[in-house]
Amino acid sequence: MVVNMSEKKFSKKHEWVSLDGDTATVGITKHATEMLGDIVFVEVPEAGKIVEKDGQAAVVESTKAASDVYSPISGEIIEGNKSIVDDPGNVNSDPEGASWFFKIKLKNKSELDSLMSITEYEKFVAENPS
Amino acid sequence: MEVQKTTLYNYHKNLGAKFVPFAGYEMPIQYKEGIVKEHISTRSYAGFFDVSHMGQFFLEGDDTLINALEKIIPADLKSLKLNHSKYSFLLNENGGIIDDLIITKTLKGFCIILNAACKNNDVKEISKFLSKDHKYFMNSDLSLIALQGPKSVEILEKLTPGVSNLKFMTGANFNFEGKNLYITRSGYTGEDGFEISIPNQKVEKLIQFLIDNKVNPVGLGARDTLRLEAGLCLYGHDLNQEINPIEANLKWAIAKRRREEGGFNGWEKIKELLTSGSNKKRVGILPEGRVIARENTKIFSEQGEEIGVITSGTFGPSVKAPVAMGYVNSNFSKIGTKIQLEVRGKKHEAKVSELPFFKKSYVK
Repeated sequence: MVVNMSEKKFSKKHEWVSLDGDTATVGITKHATEMLGDIVFVEVPEAGKIVEKDGQAAVVESTKAASDVYSPISGEIIEGNKSIVDDPGNVNSDPEGASWFFKIKLKNKSELDSLMSITEYEKFVAENPS
Repeated sequence: MEVQKTTLYNYHKNLGAKFVPFAGYEMPIQYKEGIVKEHISTRSYAGFFDVSHMGQFFLEGDDTLINALEKIIPADLKSLKLNHSKYSFLLNENGGIIDDLIITKTLKGFCIILNAACKNNDVKEISKFLSKDHKYFMNSDLSLIALQGPKSVEILEKLTPGVSNLKFMTGANFNFEGKNLYITRSGYTGEDGFEISIPNQKVEKLIQFLIDNKVNPVGLGARDTLRLEAGLCLYGHDLNQEINPIEANLKWAIAKRRREEGGFNGWEKIKELLTSGSNKKRVGILPEGRVIARENTKIFSEQGEEIGVITSGTFGPSVKAPVAMGYVNSNFSKIGTKIQLEVRGKKHEAKVSELPFFKKSYVK
């Protein structure tokens, strides 16, 4: 399957992935931030860390609780976004843009096939309200 | 048991509340603004909280009622003046805390505000000491609204003139549209403010007045961050039946006369601890950096020995840093002691801190 570079894919755990060559950028969706509330702490993975599909990769905490952020794809971490570590509130203001969580070097492009398109994700959210 | 709702449930819904089950009630955890904004606006202006899930328990009787209550409550009820309130507890036979509470002297006896999750059991425990000459009832025809923050007094004075004369931990009756409100100057945020006991049929009118005066609704989420910054305990987390007031560093809440004379549940244990000191102690904890140490986080000494556990932890929006409290081995309870917190398998530096984290501004 050919993935459009600009097209985001979504996981059932409310992560988004956007692909650029064999590098993917991963973050959490606006819907996820709305469920979490005010984000006050973020932990992102170090470069070089190997993550599995659906494995725990980062942590996000709101005033209410701590949640794991899973990687929707396997690969090697290239970079964690330090700017959201320093200013976690930025995740609330721009979750699907500047406040990505990590960049990852893809191991297996076909893993993207199991993820949802924006339309599918919106339908999923509507059918599974928190 | 069926989930209960306060009188304001639909009102909260219209205000955009997100609900959570809490102590058998559907309660707002936050509104549209979110926890941080609700917290900040309470500290900078004022916020209101629906705390009608809490028990408003009334007792009536002669002087024998005082003697009966003093067997389970270590406050000096004999010298408690009319309309004055004290923070105290119900104690079990080992001195463990059955519940923490605010008790106020009324004309006919006492009013006790009880935690929602404990209130039914509390009545059972209290009634063990009562006789047929004592009347008691939980008044569910009343709602309870907390108005907290520096502007509270100015705003409430417009509705019920005279509230500005109340001192911290005292109360009085006020008239609102022909109904009686019992208002105390107290709260659970570290701010100046009031708790308003009001008939259910008038509570929406009170809330509308507060909203017209730009007071925002505040949910349980910000109630928790506010009370933790103020160093106040949350029952079921920082306090429970296994913990006594000495360990909880709440010795001040046991009246001097009672400490000397005793005659209440658990006094022998407490007397012993007053001399020897307890093995563990509740302390404030400031993690270094941004990591949040939540309830059940293990606490270690610098040498790596396990010395305690966190009982409440969050991010303090006014402190602008993570804050926590917990119990440590008393040898490590000195302010400034360096400790380590194990969060997600990693040790993080922290130190024992003074409480409150955020300075109070009560009107005394």
